[in-house]
Amino acid sequence: MTKFTKILAGLLALALAGGAIAAGADLGNTTKQATNWTAIVMFAIFVGGTLFITKWAAAKTKSAADFYTGGGGITGFQNGLAIAGDYMSAASFLGISGLVFANGFDGLIFSIGWLVGWPVITFLMAERLRNLGKFTFADVASYRFAQTPVRIFAASASLVIVAFYMIAQMVGAGQLIKVLFGMEYIYAEVMVGIVMMMYVLFGGMTATTWVQIIKACMLLAGATFMAVSVLLQFGFSPEALFTKAVEVHAKGDALMSPGALIKDPISAISVGMALMFGTAGLPHILMRFFTVPNAKEARKSVAWATTWIGYFYILTFIIGFGAITNLVQNPTDFYVGGELAKGLKGGGNMAAVHLAKAVGGDLFLGFISAVAFATILAVVAGLTLSGASAVSHDLYASVFNKGCSSEQELRVSKITTVCLGMLAVVLGIAFEKENVAYMVMLAFVIACSSNFPVLFMSVLWKNCTTRGAVAGGFVGLASAVILTIGSASVWEAVMHNPKGSAWFPYNSAAIFSMTAAFFTIWLVSILDNSAQAQKERALYPSQQLRSETGLGASGASGH
Amino acid sequence: MQDVLDRITANPKFLEFVAMRSKYSIIMAIVSAAAYYGFILLVAFDKEFLATKIGAGYTMSIGVPIGVGVIAFTILLTWIYVRRANGEFDAINEALIKEARK
Repeated sequence: MTKFTKILAGLLALALAGGAIAAGADLGNTTKQATNWTAIVMFAIFVGGTLFITKWAAAKTKSAADFYTGGGGITGFQNGLAIAGDYMSAASFLGISGLVFANGFDGLIFSIGWLVGWPVITFLMAERLRNLGKFTFADVASYRFAQTPVRIFAASASLVIVAFYMIAQMVGAGQLIKVLFGMEYIYAEVMVGIVMMMYVLFGGMTATTWVQIIKACMLLAGATFMAVSVLLQFGFSPEALFTKAVEVHAKGDALMSPGALIKDPISAISVGMALMFGTAGLPHILMRFFTVPNAKEARKSVAWATTWIGYFYILTFIIGFGAITNLVQNPTDFYVGGELAKGLKGGGNMAAVHLAKAVGGDLFLGFISAVAFATILAVVAGLTLSGASAVSHDLYASVFNKGCSSEQELRVSKITTVCLGMLAVVLGIAFEKENVAYMVMLAFVIACSSNFPVLFMSVLWKNCTTRGAVAGGFVGLASAVILTIGSASVWEAVMHNPKGSAWFPYNSAAIFSMTAAFFTIWLVSILDNSAQAQKERALYPSQQLRSETGLGASGASGH
Repeated sequence: MQDVLDRITANPKFLEFVAMRSKYSIIMAIVSAAAYYGFILLVAFDKEFLATKIGAGYTMSIGVPIGVGVIAFTILLTWIYVRRANGEFDAINEALIKEARK
């Protein structure tokens, strides 16, 4: 307890010091806002509460299994909330409501895209993952294959995905804290790094899951309050809300129709593929299927996750329109210099935050700011845990030191957690001024072109072999990265090449890189006639038996 | 344990069950993908249709209920699958295992 109290006191001091410095700093930086004490205090309460849970979880985290899966004793409903928590990042809350605020209907198109991956996981993956896996998705992909190559592939792909996703989150955290708390960027980075490491290090999966559950409940409650407040203003008539929004918004009636978000059909389909299948390849989402005791609970958890995420996206749509009706007519309070033309204070992503103030005053604004920051914290903790398990379980315990003890494996995962935490802070600082908007999408493209095809083919296609899976996975990974570099969002926006010079003309590489991965897996597998390949094909019936019936699956007690 | 596994694998009812359930999940996956891509293709090719008003004098376009409908449909489809899998399919599954253990 004392150790926790000390660290907590230190963090509070850090937060307060940061606030004090920010308050005294010059106002030359336009994005940094006045110190928001309500938000800081609320956030400190959240951190204090979650660290208390971490302390409780720490007492239960003794073995590697506890660390990776929380002992497998999390219920489907709880896990559903945790998955939803992992998925409802600050980017989706602030980004989508900001998009609706700016473009209306286009925001809805976007949020639907983020939801459609869930049925794919439910119908095709959830129970098979649970039945075949133990700690990581590589357990599933390598079930009947040669361990070393498959694990090396899975760990590399997972770490690349985690890195891109993490950089986007860390940069977002720093930017958010400038606007929401009025604190320095670097304090945000260090604070996220330290608190997140404490969750993962001491409390492992149990703490990480509970942090996600708490945060998901806070986010859903806050968003519900905002949406209901908005609807209340219009007598619960969406039509009245839209009419008012169209009346006051500069875009007028165009708010109600699809705009320029989807520029050509190939991009539309390609982005759709990345979102639809990428979700089923994200390591921090996949690892959640091993925290429940059986396939029944695994299915329930995706159904709940889909429900909460879908509900949340409907709320963000209402919140975006509510922001239009509440903010546009009150430029003095919410716009830079009180002028509509200069944009929202803190940027377009702040629509939901300003709406919080408009409907709930300073106290609620503090609450929503704290929730937005807690969201990033929790997502980064989940990412770190999945990165650490890729290194300690897939690389260390399955490749470099086979037969090591649970204690050794646990120690490696904790060392990796610290390294990843420090790396996250360093990368977050290094990328402060960079454009990281493409990174989350890139993580999805890589996930749908590497992890997903390998997982899918190894579980569902009898003739798949080690060589095919590894070759296809790496082809998918490489082509996803290379084609994304050639697209306008990186080639022009990040590498500053002249406009129009991008040599890959579409928004997303998925349609090509995912196809390349599946094709390579198929081709290399059917050409593979080695003795090893014969053996692997012969093992398919027993794998299928376990994946379909759950017989022999590692249960809660077997963990 | 091994003979239980062998008996299940040899049971034609098991293969039939697995084939039936796989077919069901693939159909469900195709239905959900069709709903999503149907919507996206409308966005890509027929923006005017989505911008049509839901009725004379209304501001709301037809795209809003369609979009919210896709979200609701996705959630509904997921629950339909999970109910059937957790009920009917799991019961058959357990019966097959029980039969093999006899």
